[in-house]
Amino acid sequence: MSNIKKAFENGKVFIPFITCGDPDLDTTAKVVREMEKNGADIIELGIPFSDPTAEGPVIQGANIRALAGGVTTDKIFEFVSKLREDVKIPLVFMTYANVVFSYDIERFMKRCRDTGIDGVILPDVPFEEKEEFQTIAKKYGIDFISLIAPTSFDRIAMIAKEAEGFIYIVSSLGVTGVRSEITTNIGDIVKVVRENTDTPCAVGFGISKPEQAKAMTEVSDGAIVGSAIIRLLEKYGKEAAPYVGEYVKQMKDAVSV
Amino acid sequence: MTNSKGRFGVHGGQYIPETLMNAVTELEKAYEYYKNDSEFNRELTELLNNYAGRPSLLYYAQKMTKDLGGAKIYLKREDLNHTGSHKINNVLGQALLAKKMGKKRLIAETGAGQHGVATATAAALLDMECVVFMGEEDTKRQALNVYRMRLLGSKVIPVTTGTATLKDAVSEAMREWTTRIDDTHYCLGSVMGPHPFPTIVRDFQAVISRESREQILKAEGRLPDAVIACVGGGSNAIGSFYHYINDEGVRLIGCEAAGRGIDTFETAATVNTGRLGIFHGMKSYFCQDEYGQIAPVYSISAGLDYPGVGPEHAYLHDIGRAEYVPVTDDEAVNAFEYLSRTEGIIPAIESAHAVAYALKLAPTLNKDKILVITVSGRGDKDCAAIARYRGENIYE
Repeated sequence: MSNIKKAFENGKVFIPFITCGDPDLDTTAKVVREMEKNGADIIELGIPFSDPTAEGPVIQGANIRALAGGVTTDKIFEFVSKLREDVKIPLVFMTYANVVFSYDIERFMKRCRDTGIDGVILPDVPFEEKEEFQTIAKKYGIDFISLIAPTSFDRIAMIAKEAEGFIYIVSSLGVTGVRSEITTNIGDIVKVVRENTDTPCAVGFGISKPEQAKAMTEVSDGAIVGSAIIRLLEKYGKEAAPYVGEYVKQMKDAVSV
Repeated sequence: MTNSKGRFGVHGGQYIPETLMNAVTELEKAYEYYKNDSEFNRELTELLNNYAGRPSLLYYAQKMTKDLGGAKIYLKREDLNHTGSHKINNVLGQALLAKKMGKKRLIAETGAGQHGVATATAAALLDMECVVFMGEEDTKRQALNVYRMRLLGSKVIPVTTGTATLKDAVSEAMREWTTRIDDTHYCLGSVMGPHPFPTIVRDFQAVISRESREQILKAEGRLPDAVIACVGGGSNAIGSFYHYINDEGVRLIGCEAAGRGIDTFETAATVNTGRLGIFHGMKSYFCQDEYGQIAPVYSISAGLDYPGVGPEHAYLHDIGRAEYVPVTDDEAVNAFEYLSRTEGIIPAIESAHAVAYALKLAPTLNKDKILVITVSGRGDKDCAAIARYRGENIYE
């Protein structure tokens, strides 16, 4: 069983996201350690991309700040190697197809294995295009995480059957970002997923408050939060780590109830 | 196995968020049905002929031919279409298709503003709501077109992310589409993006070469030696090339915007300076750095200022069927002035890139050779910017 699946074995999970290098990698390292200390079960590490088409303004901003700070895919791999000296929870890369493709898919997945990355999420690689990436990821023991959206309907079963690690359920239409309410019936999606796979599913997009995370984990196995954390980075910059730690603790407590 | 849908060699595909997959599948099904539907085709032909003013002229540029002293030059006058460019060909097709699909709202990206104006026009005619995304930088370069779109009843949203140009407008239109799919059709303006867009847009633009092939056969009794068109995403070029692809003797020449030169960073010549990548829904050539970050490209022409190229062009390049040549800002501006002065035709600065290459090529060929150049749009929109380029203090 993959480390990611194992992380779902002891109750509901909380998955925070952070963009690597926003505003610099030292800060990212501090934030990651605070997240782990405060109960994060898996961490999503964003490799910045110049044109993140699935992101709302908040995470777009993080991508711009990180790239302006000079972070690169190679620097991020070195950074992950160092993190792995003490960080034990599963780490998942979230980036865009071109970042992986341009690095060379084989070389990218091999370095993921060598540095201790457990999975990869590529929001611009749907079921129909995943083969090119998933086959190579598998060879290096990297879970290729699939996404399901509110518009997936008859595609859910097909996606669930081939899912690895966990399934990322997109809570709402549109791009990433904080939302005051989530209207999609997540329960209905999860029901179809469960009929087709034992791969756990976590919900992301739009979640910021503990009560939202709680509601989402009542009908699924986990909650993913990005923009709300990036806002703390935006606000506190290099001093963000303790604030993120405190926030992660609140959220983890909410999903564990 | 790898998705074989919408592939041109290794290029193309559907690299988009899961949220949009059912939307593009629905579009593909609708298009496959309506493209063979006689009523749809009758309505579209009616719109193209009686609204957009097709067929467009194939004009023999006698003075230019004489002046250059080489090959005989014909101009395919897409600038004479309603709204002033080839963009209307695709827009009328897609808007009609969207209407048949029950969509009530069109969204579009635009660079120079020509596709935005065309979409706003079709929306007005077909009673649809319309929102156009335009890079903030381009709203300044093409202020008059912004007003035109508003006049036609559309909303124009200036995009401030990234380089605030065409690529950012495409990204923002894609983001908007993921937010609202049910009643909205994304009327993509070029032969790019995820399948089925490159095929749909190519088919609607193929009218250019369908006409020009017949027209040149009628005028000269033979096919041309070369067809020349400018390439950004590549819609007027693929339309100009399409019906000649199987005519091996016809050279197909795409003119890319080299900006300040392909040896500088201020260029948008994708085939000449880019490499294989995945962006905006497709695998194709892109200007990018060693880590796959998309490059902030530059051209004087807002319509060619795009870091990628349509997948079918990438394929035509790979198999050696079409040639892609770089044309600088300076060369394009010279051609803009040359065609105005010589033939009394003011071409769009985009189209001037094609004219510029013809100025170099024609004198090297014998007088029995024939060139067909697509003038994809008219240049009224560019006059103020070109005047400024020449140091005149003119504002619209």
